[in-house]
Amino acid sequence: MTSESKAAPRDADANQAPGESPAPSVVDRLADGLFQLVLSPFVEIGALFTVLWQTLVQAVRPPYRVRLLLASAEFIGVGSIFLVSLTAFFIGAVLSLQLVDGFRDFGAQSQTGAVVGLGMARELAPVFTALMVSSRAGSAITTELGSMRVSSQIDALVTMAVNPIQYLVVPRVLAGLVTVPILTLVFDVVGMFGAYLVGVHLMGLDPGVFMERMRWLVDWDDVRQGLIKAAIFGFTIALVACRQGFHASGGAAGVGQATNRSVVQNAIAILALDYVVTAVILGQGL
Amino acid sequence: MKRLFGGLGQASTPVETPEARADAVQIRIQDLHKSYGTHEVLKGLSFDIRRGKVNHIIGPSGSGKTVLMRQLVRLESPDSGQILVDGVDWATLHGLTLDRMRIKFGMVFQMSALFDSMTVFENVAFPLVEHTSMSKQEIRERVMDRLGILGVAAAANKSPAELSGGMQKRVAVARALVRESEVLIYDEPTTGLDPLTTQTVDELILETGERFGVTSIVISHDMASVFRIADRITFLNFGRVEATGTPAELLETLEPATLAFIKASGVSQDILDERSRNG
Repeated sequence: MTSESKAAPRDADANQAPGESPAPSVVDRLADGLFQLVLSPFVEIGALFTVLWQTLVQAVRPPYRVRLLLASAEFIGVGSIFLVSLTAFFIGAVLSLQLVDGFRDFGAQSQTGAVVGLGMARELAPVFTALMVSSRAGSAITTELGSMRVSSQIDALVTMAVNPIQYLVVPRVLAGLVTVPILTLVFDVVGMFGAYLVGVHLMGLDPGVFMERMRWLVDWDDVRQGLIKAAIFGFTIALVACRQGFHASGGAAGVGQATNRSVVQNAIAILALDYVVTAVILGQGL
Repeated sequence: MKRLFGGLGQASTPVETPEARADAVQIRIQDLHKSYGTHEVLKGLSFDIRRGKVNHIIGPSGSGKTVLMRQLVRLESPDSGQILVDGVDWATLHGLTLDRMRIKFGMVFQMSALFDSMTVFENVAFPLVEHTSMSKQEIRERVMDRLGILGVAAAANKSPAELSGGMQKRVAVARALVRESEVLIYDEPTTGLDPLTTQTVDELILETGERFGVTSIVISHDMASVFRIADRITFLNFGRVEATGTPAELLETLEPATLAFIKASGVSQDILDERSRNG
């Protein structure tokens, strides 16, 4: 595989021989700008699917880089545990606070544990975990790969006959696929702990009722639904982050812009995919 | 399926004839074209790279040097034309066959392109770890040998960020040489370096060529360096070869305006006179 860049390298555009290409008119430039604006989302999606295809092909090709996979899993997974736990605790706590207050008006505060558990397992845990991982690890992946691109380290890999997709992208994407569901389970547990602490110890709910209602409403299918989403989000986060970093250009400023695009695209992708996956799982709404 | 799951070891190597390997010309570039959109950067380049010599490719910014370098190491594919390496058309190779042939080339990038996440030792050992079945001990010996020859053995356990620009360059050369490459390509090796380090890098290119018998291709616009160490020079302008030959031949064939450009680039008249006399 060659990492062929569609943009001309740094000295390609200067020194045009006089008279070879006339300057475009204002109308031409305006039309070009408009055309690019319409075309750019399709270009982005196309580039993402190209990287996806290359990743899938390289993932089954030897050598299998287990050490790099473990290092990526440590960075994405272990490194995000504290942030995910902190987020989970406060999300669970505030949700409990709001629900007890809201349900009290019609005497249904005993349902707090059940509603928090259901919301957490199906939606909040996978979505918030993915957003946190995207902010922390996704942006770092884009920055790292982008820096490698602009300092020719990725080109160096190619010249040493090492496929950069296999070496850099495959381990990170697989690590995202595996670790985000595990982090989602951590979110579920810590989030419920936060909800229990506030609901039972601060708002005076009965601990037995809180737990019993949760067990009554939340079952393994709800947790599994969350984990399926988390796996899809984890794969997507790493893929988008790698794609942006892999094709970064324009020095430090270009790496910054790539990181910005990575975070924005990931946030949009997580929320959009959440709806699509939920609709598919529930068999309605599409 | 075999193609999908194949590793580098299964790739076939294109046939190089003994005649081609004995030829004084190691790389023959013929009518090379490369465009980006409607912008044609390389407009039919044709010239030769001589085996075991220091071959400089020079020209003003935008003349197509870097684009040519990217075709030479196949970071990109040319639109048309041939790059014959020991008689094999390098421009038509793909996939694992191309990777197998990449072993011939070592590349020293302008910014050295050492991996930040690895130590100097790991950087130099990387090609061996990736592509050979050498034992850890053998790899250690080979790497320390190369680092020793290039005078950076003491920095083996340091990270690249802890090294000066000149030392990083030496480590990059050690990494390019560790697999016994036949052709070493240097991309603007002296850009941004102080005069003393520039001279050290020049000496390094000469020493490396002589000691390992490699063909050196140096992409540069540092004219003083070029006329100090080049065996052959190819002058590019507007994506075309303006002149090619030994420094003496080049000084005879170039137009006055181009000579003025070379002098304006910091080459002293003494160096030009000496290269005119000695070739």
